[in-house]
Amino acid sequence: MTTHVISLVSIGAHPTSGRPRRAEQDARAVELGLQMAGDKLQVLHAGNIHEPTLRSYLGMGLTQLHVLEQPAGSDALPVLSEYLRDAGAQVVLTGSQAETGEGSGMLPFLLAEQLGWPLVVGLAQVESIEGGVAHVLQALPRGQRRRLKVRLPFLATVDNAAPKPRQSAYGPAQRGELAAHEVEIEQDELFTGALLQPAKPRPKRLKVIKAKSGADRMKAATAKASGGGGQVLKGLSPEAGAEAILKLLIEEGVVR
Amino acid sequence: MSDIIRRDPRAEWIARNRLHPLHAAMQPALHSWMGPNGIIRKNVHGVGFIGPNGIKRIDRSGAQQGGAAKRTAAVHVQLPLHQVPAPAFYINVVPDMVGGRLSSHDRDLLGLARQLAGSDGAVLAVVFGEHKEITFATAGVDRLLVLEGHEFDGYSPEQRVQGLRAVDNQFNPRHWLLPDSRSGGGELGRRFAASLKERPATRVWQIKGEACIGRAGAGQEDLARPLPRLILAAVECAEPVSETRHEVLPVELSTALARSLPRIEDLGAVAVDPGAIPMAEAEFIFSGGNGVKDWALFHQTAAALGATEGASRVAVDDGFMARDRQVGASGTWVTARVYMAVGISGAIQHLQGIGACDKVVAINLDPGCDMIKRADLSVIGDSAAILQALIAAVEAHRNGAKRDAA
Repeated sequence: MTTHVISLVSIGAHPTSGRPRRAEQDARAVELGLQMAGDKLQVLHAGNIHEPTLRSYLGMGLTQLHVLEQPAGSDALPVLSEYLRDAGAQVVLTGSQAETGEGSGMLPFLLAEQLGWPLVVGLAQVESIEGGVAHVLQALPRGQRRRLKVRLPFLATVDNAAPKPRQSAYGPAQRGELAAHEVEIEQDELFTGALLQPAKPRPKRLKVIKAKSGADRMKAATAKASGGGGQVLKGLSPEAGAEAILKLLIEEGVVR
Repeated sequence: MSDIIRRDPRAEWIARNRLHPLHAAMQPALHSWMGPNGIIRKNVHGVGFIGPNGIKRIDRSGAQQGGAAKRTAAVHVQLPLHQVPAPAFYINVVPDMVGGRLSSHDRDLLGLARQLAGSDGAVLAVVFGEHKEITFATAGVDRLLVLEGHEFDGYSPEQRVQGLRAVDNQFNPRHWLLPDSRSGGGELGRRFAASLKERPATRVWQIKGEACIGRAGAGQEDLARPLPRLILAAVECAEPVSETRHEVLPVELSTALARSLPRIEDLGAVAVDPGAIPMAEAEFIFSGGNGVKDWALFHQTAAALGATEGASRVAVDDGFMARDRQVGASGTWVTARVYMAVGISGAIQHLQGIGACDKVVAINLDPGCDMIKRADLSVIGDSAAILQALIAAVEAHRNGAKRDAA
């Protein structure tokens, strides 16, 4: 029995040119979905069906891409939750945040809240799905992994720890089918009060030295990095020294 | 603080100058006086002054007066205490507490909270489980709420959201501030926002009055908007608190926490290949230098500890380690939480490379080297013997843990 997986995709923006492209993390969500469900993977997009970039997802080997037709600036949340409630999916994969628009990364959290499903953040790998329970690996900062047990159906976001997306091929991209769905349109009220503007480079933080005297300023400018008041164990047996080191490592939680 | 004992020529000059306003204060303590029976008593210990080498000097020529007190170069400055006896409102902060301590991101966030709180409001920090932090006072925490309990152990985002909701009900803070970080804050804040059904401002890097600016999309655009109640702030969103001390009064929840059945169960950390983690972001680095003679033992220890291997420039130049393992100014600048240096004396280039490390452990033969001055824990001795003992100790620890679990 294969799992019923739905990947949610959006239109990305190239980091330098700003041109539309397939979104990096969404492409990883599609790749992970393809590895889990193969041909059975369902890919869903809420937005403009005539956007040519959508076909780059089809180029990853999909036969069909479902589109909930919406004009720009409308709220994707109600239509997605409406669709997912009846779709019968066991796993829904999304990227962590959009590359255009607000990009707050709230969508998966709000979807999970509305559907009442558990949400796994930073999914790296699905180890097994058996009897309504999935064992998954979650990516943590600093390259660490954590194993989680989660009940189906669940939502998961993927970030850059997920498998690299396969290349998009031109032929399958043109042959693939875009299936449109009519949905109710709801405006997103964000832009009534908020304003998008080109990103300002953030000022570099200044190193402020609050020294009162010249001697203090000189010291701050020339001082070597020093822990100050470290513990020095001298004349101990190797075993006692090793014990002390191990105690610190266990306290810090790096040795388990 | 320097321990060098100094003469104070100015104090001595004031003691000689009878017209100086501080003349009386600079007079040396009386060394001889008339006792009750008319006998002259002398305090022989008060005579003279302590010279620069720490040796007592007695100047019998009569030229030296006063300034006998030991002067140390720096004095500990007590920052002024900022008190909020009856807070008009609360600004709640949920720091990440990576490794049980405030990270620099957390300190920036507390600085931002301090700005928002002004003089009437109080900054309330909500901390889950046990912590090792002792500097909440100087970081700007007026009130501290520690939510303890086994339900918050490990990865428990759903239970933590329940806890935050209880805090929200009781204190009804004006703002909630969380770090928009990958080490937990970003996720917890978004879960909390979804649960409160409030739209948060994310990746906020500037707050001015009633408006805030945060990064939007993939960082190409900024989103300026009115300040919402829930704020997920980016790194360096504000200057950390540095000029005041705060009370850190403990507060408690008045209600018992509702426990929910977790839908996500934490099965613990998975062992990852430490060699595959990029050095710049490895959490625990075990680094070897010129003092390591037995490299097979070094690799064996790294494997036993589960640490990422690093090396000093000498070890790389001598061909014992690959070039991409070099730590320091011309190699990788590492950000490890724990850095263990074996046989590394600590050239300035190397110390620059480990500047961001939290805890440094050094094993070295030379007790006077710079690495020992930088280290939080140093063991002086032969590295080979200590490493062997360390392998044995780690194995004993692991076996003991297994026996406890069984």
